[in-house]
Amino acid sequence: MSKVDLSIAIGGAAGQGIATPGDILARIFVRRGLHLNAYNAYQSIVRGGHIFLTLRTSDAPVLSFGDKLDILITLNQDTMDRHLQLMKHGSSVLYNKDKIKPTTAADGVELCGFSVKELAPAVKGDLVQNTIALAAVLRLIGVEFKILEDILTLQFKRKGAAVVAENVGVARAGYDYAAAHFKALPFSLPDTGKPLAFFEGNQALAMGGAAAGVRFYCAYPMSPSSGVLHWMARHAQQLGIMVRQVEDEIGVMNMAIGAAHAGCRTMCATSGGGFALMTEALGSAAMMEIPVVCIDVQRAGPATGVPTKTEQGDLWQVMGAGQGDYPRIIVTPTNIPDCFKTVPQLFNLVDKFQCPGVIISDLLLSEGRSSVDPAELDFNVPIDRGEVIGLNGSVPPVNGGYNRYQVTDTGISPRALPGTAGYTHVVATDEHDEDGVLISDEFTNPHKRQAMHEKRMRKMVAILPLLDAPKLFGPQEAQVTLVGWGSTEGVIREAMEKLANEEGIVANNLQIKWMVPLHVDAIMAIVSKAKKVVIVENNYSGQFARYLRSETSIVADAHIRKYDGEPFMPHHIVDGVKKILVGTTQKYVPVHEIMV
Amino acid sequence: MSVDIVDIEARISKTGQQPPAGSPVTVKDFKGKVDPDWCPGCGDFGILVALKQALVELSLQPHQVMVISGIGCSSNIPGFINSYGMHTLHGRALAVATGAQLANHELKIIAAGGDGDGYGIGGNHFVHSMRRNVDLTYIVMNNQIYGLTTGQVSPTSTKGMKTKSTPAGSVENSINPITLAIAAGATYVARGYTGQVKHLVELIKGGIQHRGFSLIDAFSPCVTFNLDNTHEFFKHRTKKLEDLGHDPSNFAAAMERGYEWGDEIPIGLFWKRNDLPSLDQLEQVLDEGGPLARRPLGVSPEVARSLIRELM
Repeated sequence: MSKVDLSIAIGGAAGQGIATPGDILARIFVRRGLHLNAYNAYQSIVRGGHIFLTLRTSDAPVLSFGDKLDILITLNQDTMDRHLQLMKHGSSVLYNKDKIKPTTAADGVELCGFSVKELAPAVKGDLVQNTIALAAVLRLIGVEFKILEDILTLQFKRKGAAVVAENVGVARAGYDYAAAHFKALPFSLPDTGKPLAFFEGNQALAMGGAAAGVRFYCAYPMSPSSGVLHWMARHAQQLGIMVRQVEDEIGVMNMAIGAAHAGCRTMCATSGGGFALMTEALGSAAMMEIPVVCIDVQRAGPATGVPTKTEQGDLWQVMGAGQGDYPRIIVTPTNIPDCFKTVPQLFNLVDKFQCPGVIISDLLLSEGRSSVDPAELDFNVPIDRGEVIGLNGSVPPVNGGYNRYQVTDTGISPRALPGTAGYTHVVATDEHDEDGVLISDEFTNPHKRQAMHEKRMRKMVAILPLLDAPKLFGPQEAQVTLVGWGSTEGVIREAMEKLANEEGIVANNLQIKWMVPLHVDAIMAIVSKAKKVVIVENNYSGQFARYLRSETSIVADAHIRKYDGEPFMPHHIVDGVKKILVGTTQKYVPVHEIMV
Repeated sequence: MSVDIVDIEARISKTGQQPPAGSPVTVKDFKGKVDPDWCPGCGDFGILVALKQALVELSLQPHQVMVISGIGCSSNIPGFINSYGMHTLHGRALAVATGAQLANHELKIIAAGGDGDGYGIGGNHFVHSMRRNVDLTYIVMNNQIYGLTTGQVSPTSTKGMKTKSTPAGSVENSINPITLAIAAGATYVARGYTGQVKHLVELIKGGIQHRGFSLIDAFSPCVTFNLDNTHEFFKHRTKKLEDLGHDPSNFAAAMERGYEWGDEIPIGLFWKRNDLPSLDQLEQVLDEGGPLARRPLGVSPEVARSLIRELM
């Protein structure tokens, strides 16, 4: 049982400086060895609009941003208006009473107004309220002032001693005011003595790429994938990675293929609309048998959709990407640390099988933040480049000509890196013979065409045994089996806890990560024992439900679907399961109460 | 051209073998696995001959060269030359070529394709590759028609041209690749004509030797689908810039010459500048350590610790 489970939200308009106090809080939590989950609800706007950042921390692992708020910092009237009535008994709301007036609050909600004019009369700027609110919160949760003082000192060091002193002074005023006037929370934030790290999914993906030996990263900025580009660009010099911003996503994918063919491990990331532009090239990588990794960070679609909101709506796009049948690997990491681990695994696979690999993430994973044990961030990963000629100097003698597309039992043909003497060859997007010569122009020998198709597709057979099969999580005997894919793992497992502890309902979870190829047998074996199969997805049409049915003939008993741009909260799934079990519905679509 | 299996195998067995050390490269060393499948009389044959000759005169070995094309008749060229090659997607040769060039900047990259492939669907990559001054040589076999798809209008088709997609005559102005290239930042802009192979050899050599983006737009008449811009059309109109006293370091003069089209159509080197670094010269990560593609993989424990510390 956890001693502490604290959720703090900071709300305001874009440009009001929500990120900084959020970062400071997150860092304080993980430095005390506490787990963290953060989710930022924001809009497609640079100034104005409404931003709502939720940070949840606990001494037990935190699987989602949860169902409740303990502390709310409102930086503008709009936030107060939207959220006050959702705060429950025992929670606290901090606000600058010079500018913000509370509306009606529920019983037992502590309204903690402070006056910036009184506490920091000499200090100018709109960020003063942020510093005061942050200091006040830290007092409410029993964190020593010195911690904040050290952080602020470091943060403002570059601007000189006077600025540091001013900010520390403002913070001190807020901290002391809170001590004197606000009711503290009934616990002090513990310190486990074992500091953790925290990162967002995009950073995890980028770091995974670094660990895998990515040397060429190219991208076109697109929410919510740009974080991968930014991390790569910041570390390019240090890590010796070529980072390129390209004119469009068609250019991105094609440039990646050029770099990969020349011998670099190459990666790119985009969102659904950018991925749509990459699809022809993805197929061409498979046709030319060039390994490359592409990340689709899903956001709400279709078309431009909702650029800052999450969805699991691209599964069918990724699976159907590009014309014709071709070998590829599609994987959907299920939590943020998993993003880090998956990239090197996938690179070994695409290098071995000489085909493209796609990682499907989403805004919730990619821009959500999670704590992680630094020991789990193992950069010393196995690196297997597959059958490559000319990589490390030793080049076997060519006997009678080199066939890039030699038909083999495995479907894999050794690939020579450009620049290697004696192994000149052409890789082609047209159908070709074993030597790379086109067969589509002079005479398309049907036997050769068939043989080439089979050679490429044969690779898929050997991939599946190398992938970890999905396992059932939770008790073997359960009333409900919740099936999900990708980012819903955390919230599903938290819902399972709530169902067991609060509703006496036993549920287990089958979370799918390796999408193509799919562990059909393992999944069928698990599902055959399930009493009730409920598929949980963040999309309208049940894209995974359709895929599961097409591959296994499994028809789910019921569905829980959310497609309003916001992630599931645990109670959404709990409510859905309850309604499904009593037979009220077979498709439950939760309503998102918090007007984020 | 023979499709006899034995013949093909005999040809294949001769490739993939290095010339004995110390012996100079010859045109034979660049002979591709198969002969071109272009129509008899196609202008592209002239490009193939000129390119191979240029590579030989520059003493380049087949494995040091990579020819990257898009899709179209002219884009079949990688298959007809013995070097590394990538026969990619329609319009995408320059994007692929940029990736390959940066990944291994010791390779000599030749991008090739047609006017539709390069200036139409490839237009965006064309402009950006030039402003980046990527170090490669781009040979566009300009026949002012879409040939492989049997005769539609192309971006360089003259206004009024009747084609399968413009039976009443094209109402669009044509693109001017020369002036576009000069304005977009290419640092070596030339035009050739496949009826003047020796001239082309010099232009291509100059392009390959030039450190930066080199464009050689070459009139390459399509004998099957373009009955307007034929050898008859070009051979009396093309005039060498060298003979006209043109100074390729003069930007304004280059732009003016680039717009000339009529009884006189200038060919030769329009524009060249040597003072701008190529993209790979600007990329710090390439300063040391050789080609990216050959560098060892992995993150040292010290660097890993520093990356993790940033998160704490």
